[in-house]
Amino acid sequence: MKALFFTIIFVALAIACWQFVKLLGLTKVENQTATERENNINGWLMLGLMGFIYGLMIYSMYGAKDMLLPQLSASAEGKHIDILFKISMTLILIVQFCLQFLIYYFTFKYRGIKGRKAYFFADSHKLEIIWTVIPTIVLAGLIIYGLWTWNEVMDSSDAENPLIVELYAKQFQWEARYAGADNELGDANVRMIEGTNTMGVDFTDKNAADDVPLMVGEGKFVKELHLPKGRKVIFKMRSQDVIHSAYMPHFRAQMNCVPGMVTEMAFTPTVTTAEMRLNDDTIDKFEAINKLREKKGEEPVEFDYLLLCNKICGSSHYNMQLKIVVDEEADFNKWLASQKTFAQN
Amino acid sequence: MSDHHHKETFVTKYVFSQDHKMIAKQYLITGIVMGVIGVFMSMLFRLQLAYPEQSFSIIEAFLGRAGEGGVMTPDMYLSLVTIHGTIMVFFVLTAGLSGTFSNLLIPLQIGARDMASGFLNMISYWLFFLSSVVMVISLFVETGPASGGWTIYPPLSALPQAISGSGLGMTLWLVSMAIFIASSLMGALNYIVTVLNLRTLGMKMTRLPLTIWAFFVTAIIGVVSFPVLLSAALLLIFDRSFGTSFYLSDIFISGEVLHYKGGSPVLFEHLFWFLGHPEVYIVLLPALGITSEIIATNSRKPIFGYRAMVMSIIAIAFLSTIVWGHHMFVTGMNPFLGSVFTFTTLLIAIPSAVKGFNYITTLWKGNLQLNPAMLFSIGLVSTFITGGLTGLILGDSALDINVHDTYFVVAHFHLVMGISAIFGMFAGVYHWFPKLYGRMMNKDLGYLHFWITAISAYGVFFPMHFIGLAGLPRRYYNNTAFPIFDDLLHINKVMTVFAIIGGLAQIIFLANFFFSISKGKKAPKNPWNANTLEWTAPVEHMHGNWPGEIPAVHRWAYDYSKVDENGELWDGQDFTPQTVPIRDGEEEF
Repeated sequence: MKALFFTIIFVALAIACWQFVKLLGLTKVENQTATERENNINGWLMLGLMGFIYGLMIYSMYGAKDMLLPQLSASAEGKHIDILFKISMTLILIVQFCLQFLIYYFTFKYRGIKGRKAYFFADSHKLEIIWTVIPTIVLAGLIIYGLWTWNEVMDSSDAENPLIVELYAKQFQWEARYAGADNELGDANVRMIEGTNTMGVDFTDKNAADDVPLMVGEGKFVKELHLPKGRKVIFKMRSQDVIHSAYMPHFRAQMNCVPGMVTEMAFTPTVTTAEMRLNDDTIDKFEAINKLREKKGEEPVEFDYLLLCNKICGSSHYNMQLKIVVDEEADFNKWLASQKTFAQN
Repeated sequence: MSDHHHKETFVTKYVFSQDHKMIAKQYLITGIVMGVIGVFMSMLFRLQLAYPEQSFSIIEAFLGRAGEGGVMTPDMYLSLVTIHGTIMVFFVLTAGLSGTFSNLLIPLQIGARDMASGFLNMISYWLFFLSSVVMVISLFVETGPASGGWTIYPPLSALPQAISGSGLGMTLWLVSMAIFIASSLMGALNYIVTVLNLRTLGMKMTRLPLTIWAFFVTAIIGVVSFPVLLSAALLLIFDRSFGTSFYLSDIFISGEVLHYKGGSPVLFEHLFWFLGHPEVYIVLLPALGITSEIIATNSRKPIFGYRAMVMSIIAIAFLSTIVWGHHMFVTGMNPFLGSVFTFTTLLIAIPSAVKGFNYITTLWKGNLQLNPAMLFSIGLVSTFITGGLTGLILGDSALDINVHDTYFVVAHFHLVMGISAIFGMFAGVYHWFPKLYGRMMNKDLGYLHFWITAISAYGVFFPMHFIGLAGLPRRYYNNTAFPIFDDLLHINKVMTVFAIIGGLAQIIFLANFFFSISKGKKAPKNPWNANTLEWTAPVEHMHGNWPGEIPAVHRWAYDYSKVDENGELWDGQDFTPQTVPIRDGEEEF
């Protein structure tokens, strides 16, 4: 019934709209294209729209300054990405600024006047060559630099003594497993999942016994994934049910977890959690957040690295997270040693 | 060709009509109805995003059990975004836009009496209608409509255990899309054949208006890529219903291991995006074609660089079929493939840039008639550039890693294809309404509609880039589970306010549209002083479009403000219809 009520309101609004304009239109002479007055008003309004767009750009950039991710990338690979991002973004903003100006300024300047002759200008090879060649050169630069960066980020074959970690995704939580002393993960398959073996690890595989699961005791999860600073971490990712995506925005890292296959992504953490908490951007952001939380009567929070699910995976997709802690390497090793391997469990 | 003598009954004239003009109207009205549903859904989920825990009676009123207490459930939220995407992309911007204007304009602008096959055209519309009906029915099933995102990646879309929308709702979605694809293929084949074979005397390919070029190339992309989606959907139906393992492997869900072995969801992603990316251009190219025509007409100038425009349409179409992998940089695809797709993707920026510059040059030194159609066209050029530029970020594999599937992507594609295409569609409706219904739409309402829509479009989608750069993933029911996103809530509120204003502003358009059909001022034969052939046809619709002979064509469509050697306008008017023979001493462009 209520739905009907709302629908009737919408229809009534539509009718009101029409009636209102009919009243306005009674006194007007109808010109089929636009009248000079309409051109004039809309020309000025177009300039206004340009102002609105510029204003919105500046407001968004200024207002969002404190909300964005910390400028400092928490991984070595992320630094390459950030440089490329800054170059691309600067270019985009310059082009955006100029082209929008041309569109709206021309619209304003050449708004129709009775009797003015438009300039018959159908073609100019020179101009067209200019604006084909210039974007081509700029894009060639972007492509080459982009591909170099992509290669730097994705190629982990030359890493010395990397830490191997398995990320295991399922509706709606993350599990993880460190490769242990031999630095090799034991085989696993969903068909082995049983009881406490929630990741389906194959214990007959000789590499499995020393693996360190992030899960301890009777199904109690440690909700923290620890990573060492300064050592390359290679993530091997699996999924138990649907596609998930492991998104670690502070490290500029993301890879899908796909059932039936193992995907891979690697980065070297360069900033510990403690260091990131002292970063200016982080301090500003969390001051603002805690102010908002205080208003709502919520507990203040501290900065932490996060692993989020970033591929739609079901009802609770919006709350599938894992805290990441980056330690100094010595602290990390101490922490890892304190965890139980499968054999010890 | 249907002759003019046989009696028309109500059914053959208004329902099972084979006349392209009536079919165009049917497409348009169906598209508008679907558009109302799609836009309304977006307003509901925008409410949820800005006011996550608050109760709204409008949510309870329309969502029933899934909105009990005025707060929607997470599953319903996902259903709304899924169906919003599906409806807007396929039903409004593919069928509603292409279906309407290709049908209306192809025969009228090339000088044909009707489509090559009126019968096929009729079937095409009614299949589209059927698929719309199935899609709307899917909204009412007990387990909810499809909710795996409009990209319906398996296994989420394949397993009812994974999400409730993947039950009957998903089955209906697939059935609806299969019918839709059949409809769209019949339409596209018809457009291609008509353009190639039924052009009037003198209408060389190089004299076609850019609208026709755009529709023609769009139809070709559709024929190339839509069948692939059909096969993807069929294989998914097999996996869901007959136990095959095309996309599924090694799955443990709801406490049991499923029997699937050896399939790969990445295969589905490849098949889906092989259509999915060209689909962007299936949506966008007709809008750009419409804009080219309207900007030239209302600038009273030829479109700048006609040949370059045609070349860039073809280049964009070609490139669009080899870039689908840029949607999959982080799916675990081989990084080398990622490099290839980065290369091809960024190349698309070149023809796009050419188009952008050519539009701007067309405006330069014109005598712009800023009527509603023109305003929407200029708005399109603006949003096309704003949205298109961020493609440089998303198409670059290294940069995509960190913004993939965040709101940055949502902002990008809404501006570059959503808003741009819908602006093109509005522009087309305002411009060709006199041809569709023989009456004029109200201009004042048109202006009001444009101004509110343009401002709210930017108001919604510009700030959205920044919550994406802050790391907020899309398709989150709410972001209260993450304290680091707490400070984004007020931007979400601003966006929601603009979204609701913009959504409600469409009521102005609906009022204008539906009342003008019967109450608008009677249209003159050539209200915009345009050159193209459709304005030489009588205002009253008739079978066969022109009484007597079909007019012959002697020139291209863009002889606006052409002057003779003395600098005087030819014939003292600033336009020369295509039907006017080349005069003595005049050079054909």
